[in-house]
Amino acid sequence: MDGASPDGNSPDGNSPDGNSPDGTPFDSDVWAGVRDVSPLLLGIAPFALVAGIAAVNAGLGLAEAVGMSVIVFAGASQLAAIELIGANAPLAVVIGTAVVINVRMVMYSASIAPHFADYGRKLRAGLAYVLTDQAYALSVAEFEANPERSRWRYYVGAAAALWVVWQVGTVVGVVVGAGVPDAWGLTFAVPLVFLALLVPTMKDRPTTAAGVGGGAIAVAAAGLPLNLGLLVGAVSGIVVGLLTEVFGE
Amino acid sequence: MTGGSALPFGGSLGVWLAIVLIGLATYGFRLSFIYLFGRIDEVPPRIKRPLRYVPPAVLAALVLPDLVTIRPSVAATLVDERLIAGAVAGAIAWRTENVMATIGAGMATLWLFRFVVFA
Repeated sequence: MDGASPDGNSPDGNSPDGNSPDGTPFDSDVWAGVRDVSPLLLGIAPFALVAGIAAVNAGLGLAEAVGMSVIVFAGASQLAAIELIGANAPLAVVIGTAVVINVRMVMYSASIAPHFADYGRKLRAGLAYVLTDQAYALSVAEFEANPERSRWRYYVGAAAALWVVWQVGTVVGVVVGAGVPDAWGLTFAVPLVFLALLVPTMKDRPTTAAGVGGGAIAVAAAGLPLNLGLLVGAVSGIVVGLLTEVFGE
Repeated sequence: MTGGSALPFGGSLGVWLAIVLIGLATYGFRLSFIYLFGRIDEVPPRIKRPLRYVPPAVLAALVLPDLVTIRPSVAATLVDERLIAGAVAGAIAWRTENVMATIGAGMATLWLFRFVVFA
């Protein structure tokens, strides 16, 4: 939430190109971001609960679960890391897998960077911390549709709401997860969340091939030592997607 | 830390090390172009093309091993409560693109087969 005031960055924090905020930290631009992100929060809340539940089942404590949600703040990589930690995977495999999952953030960073170019370094460093799939997609669409908005305020409104729901959801998940019998198989919600995220990403032939290839190879490689199956499957899927793009026509 | 001793790579300390290193790498990805803009304005095509395939490849590699376990016979592989629940949830995800509905359908199907059909 600290990003909601310009602090040391006021010369840069207020965009010089006519994005004029009205001077109060919680102005209409911040609220517009909060309002627009609210429908997405309904999807994020169960995802955050599942992250907390999975953390407990993998043997993590509340501090570790919340620490991960605050420090990493990227759901898919957190769930993958938790699953691997629970399976006693080596440290390098846990980190390598999570890093491959999050490398997509480079795309979002590049795409949103021109919109933040006028802001000071400190503000940009803060904005980068809360960059997520949802905050990115929502903000870039709004910046195109509504150029007179204060971009950073709108973005912070959306991103901070996501951050708060993510942290609260993690805590509730840890508490709930500790009280539910194992037979209910609550950790099965983890692949279900990924499934809900996967389906919309397979939108053409090469991306579908990447998904089918990555999934099939991950199943075949499930017995690999060091829990390398996920990493091998993911990298193979990327190669299958590229090959389909090159040779598919 | 609860369960710390049961964990690999030196228990809780190793977990924290993983959390911090993943967090640093992820922050680096997020900050990359937001920080560098002006010096490098575009993702080089050589990096951009494979990045397009990261989400479907990674997500499928996360999902399928949790739904499918290869068993000696085709029937034993297919008649699995997790695979059936995953298929139902996949259909719901495709129709609704809604996380909550997907989780609800998948868990309900899992419980139906675990506690009623296969019980």
